[in-house]
Amino acid sequence: MRENLHRFFRAARGAGVHVSPAESIDAMRAVSQVGFSDRTVLRDALLLTLAKSQDEKLALGDCFDLFFSQPEPRQEQPEADSDDNASQNADQSPSSGSASEAGEGQPPEGLGQLAQMLLSQDRNALAAAIASASGAAALSDIRYSTQRGIFSSRILDAMGLQRLRDDLDELTASNPALAERLRAALDALREAVRDTVSQGLALYAREEAENLRNEILRNAPLARIERRQVAEMRALIRRIAQRLRERYSKPRKRQRRGHLDVRRTLRRNAAWGGIPFLTAWKRKHRDRPKIVAICDVSGSVAQVSDFFLLLIHSLHEVVDDVRSFAFSSHTIEVSEILEKKSPEEAMAEIMSKVGFGSSDYGSSLVDFEKDFMSTLTPQTTVIVLGDARSNNLDPRADILRRISERSKRLVWLNPEGRLAWGFGDSEMPRYATFCSVVRQCATAQQLERAVSDIVATYQ
Amino acid sequence: MAEQKPSTAIEAVESGLAAQGYIASRQIATAVYLSQQIEKPILVEGPAGVGKTELAKAIAAWSGKKMIRLQCYEGLDEAKALYEWKYAKQLLYTQILKDKLGEVLGGAQTLHDALAQLHDFGDVFFSKEFVEPRPLLQALEQPGGCVLLIDEIDKSDAEFESLLLEILSDFQVTIPELGTVSAITPPTVILTSNSERDLGDALKRRCLHLHIGFPEQRLEERIVESRVPNISQTLRRQMVGFIHEIRSLDLKKLPSISETIDWARVLVLLQASELDTEIVKDTLNVLLKYEADIEAATPQVTTFIAKAARSNIFG
Repeated sequence: MRENLHRFFRAARGAGVHVSPAESIDAMRAVSQVGFSDRTVLRDALLLTLAKSQDEKLALGDCFDLFFSQPEPRQEQPEADSDDNASQNADQSPSSGSASEAGEGQPPEGLGQLAQMLLSQDRNALAAAIASASGAAALSDIRYSTQRGIFSSRILDAMGLQRLRDDLDELTASNPALAERLRAALDALREAVRDTVSQGLALYAREEAENLRNEILRNAPLARIERRQVAEMRALIRRIAQRLRERYSKPRKRQRRGHLDVRRTLRRNAAWGGIPFLTAWKRKHRDRPKIVAICDVSGSVAQVSDFFLLLIHSLHEVVDDVRSFAFSSHTIEVSEILEKKSPEEAMAEIMSKVGFGSSDYGSSLVDFEKDFMSTLTPQTTVIVLGDARSNNLDPRADILRRISERSKRLVWLNPEGRLAWGFGDSEMPRYATFCSVVRQCATAQQLERAVSDIVATYQ
Repeated sequence: MAEQKPSTAIEAVESGLAAQGYIASRQIATAVYLSQQIEKPILVEGPAGVGKTELAKAIAAWSGKKMIRLQCYEGLDEAKALYEWKYAKQLLYTQILKDKLGEVLGGAQTLHDALAQLHDFGDVFFSKEFVEPRPLLQALEQPGGCVLLIDEIDKSDAEFESLLLEILSDFQVTIPELGTVSAITPPTVILTSNSERDLGDALKRRCLHLHIGFPEQRLEERIVESRVPNISQTLRRQMVGFIHEIRSLDLKKLPSISETIDWARVLVLLQASELDTEIVKDTLNVLLKYEADIEAATPQVTTFIAKAARSNIFG
């Protein structure tokens, strides 16, 4: 049973629950206390020791159900087969009644173990044989869906398929009816093994598959992402946000400690005649990031802006104050829409208001200067996200200069590659002179780095 | 207890807590049982007012142990949580012992000798007598064991978590001047958190993680029954049903068990025999703590009462 628990831990890791060796030891101890007899208690005990958050509890609960329900479909499988066989037998019985009767009454001598098992339709023995064979074939090492075939054949080999084939050949010559039955049973067995392997894949390979998918997703260009991947990308962005929150939300005290605060130290130690038992320190003042994001939502940049806004707005714990503005040919403030609505609704609303026009950076900057220049303070980081393609209209770089002068930093994120800057109607070189940083930002990974750097400058 | 079958032992925990007026779900009882068996702290998470702190009180009352409570807040440090030197006493003693000190050091010819003699003295002033134990150290020093409640751990700083690690895993603390103090009897440790911030993995790893959410209707009825015994059955069902309807709304702060109990008391006080629109509207401020929430809920009151009454007939 310990072996089973170890396999469960692997499956739990696959389900995204972080199970460390120490936790698995705790779980073992807990299980040895409660035993296996009561499944709900076992489930509770594992959930208590392994899962460390509400999400993990849900994931682990599902994993538990999948894992321990495993034997049942296998038992049903042979049952269905036996029904099939029975009906086949029933069909055959009028023609070759005597033969099948003989076959059922006494499984012929000299057959291999597997053949005997299949013919006597011993479900429990079969289930046990499949389980031990999948152990022997190291099913828990399965990683990719393409490995299904090889694992199936390994399991079948371990169960003694070779011997069964020999038996089958022999029987075809001596007892055709029995051979027919055995062949049907073998097909059913193949199916059962295939199901077992699929289940193993679902249990053990999820982690690997997910890592691979995430890796691809992280490096995929945001602008050309497929529709079906949008939800996954949102989830990825949320995870990135969580990582950034964890990294930057805890203020480091020691770094903040400044000079000795003489006045407070003396006052605090007045009771001991001014002998400084307790020291008081001044704190270095550190501002939390204030961010003004100005995002192009026209055409190809829209998707990137969408993910960027999602990321920035899920950083509440780290960032003090975010104001977001969206533009294509004129600028509006979108902070409130993003705070109040779900990401999908918010984006749809923003798009209906300003999206999909042809971009005009000049007039959008004029709008910003006219209405929102007062949002900028010397602590603000201004982030502009756009491809700087202004359709050959006046870029009004002078406004960008004034924005840069009023703020702490001006960061420009451009989804286009560096090579394309300055070609065609791109005004990037002209804007770049007024920016503190200009960087390419086309994938989730680049997005994470860019935001992480911006937040880190405040630490 | 070890010889008992686990399921009966868990039921014993359940009934033991029930005798203290705490109606525990099966999961809570399992957690309490396991924490006693494998000597692990329980980390309880959940929304405010679902009885996280009450659980610790009930365990203390049930096991007849003393409860020591440490309320966490921002800026809590080891001087307030673990131990502190009694500076004033140290200072006073040095003053009193000044003469004695002169006698002891009288024989010393040089400064070097005096220093060497002082070294022989040992650290008299940093001994057990001068330590002021704070809740964590107190908990370790209880001869009969105790229930240590570390309340709202999420309110403390991240550094404080690290301070707890040694206590949680080995039930001991290290005081640099004195050495390691181990627990005489390992205390039952309960940590509560409102998930205001994510706790560190190291802390979570050392605990059993228990999430208490809003209870099912049946369970909540039993809780109200045990806490407010003089409420009639029909009213109890109606009000719990009503509260479950309220929880389906999108509110800033959903009413939790403590609000349910308060409301039950209020209804008993007002001698209501059953829910009607007027009495609900008058007492809605007991349930909902934000003006916006009350505004959002008020138009729904009539429908919810009707629903609660209907489910009553079938349930």
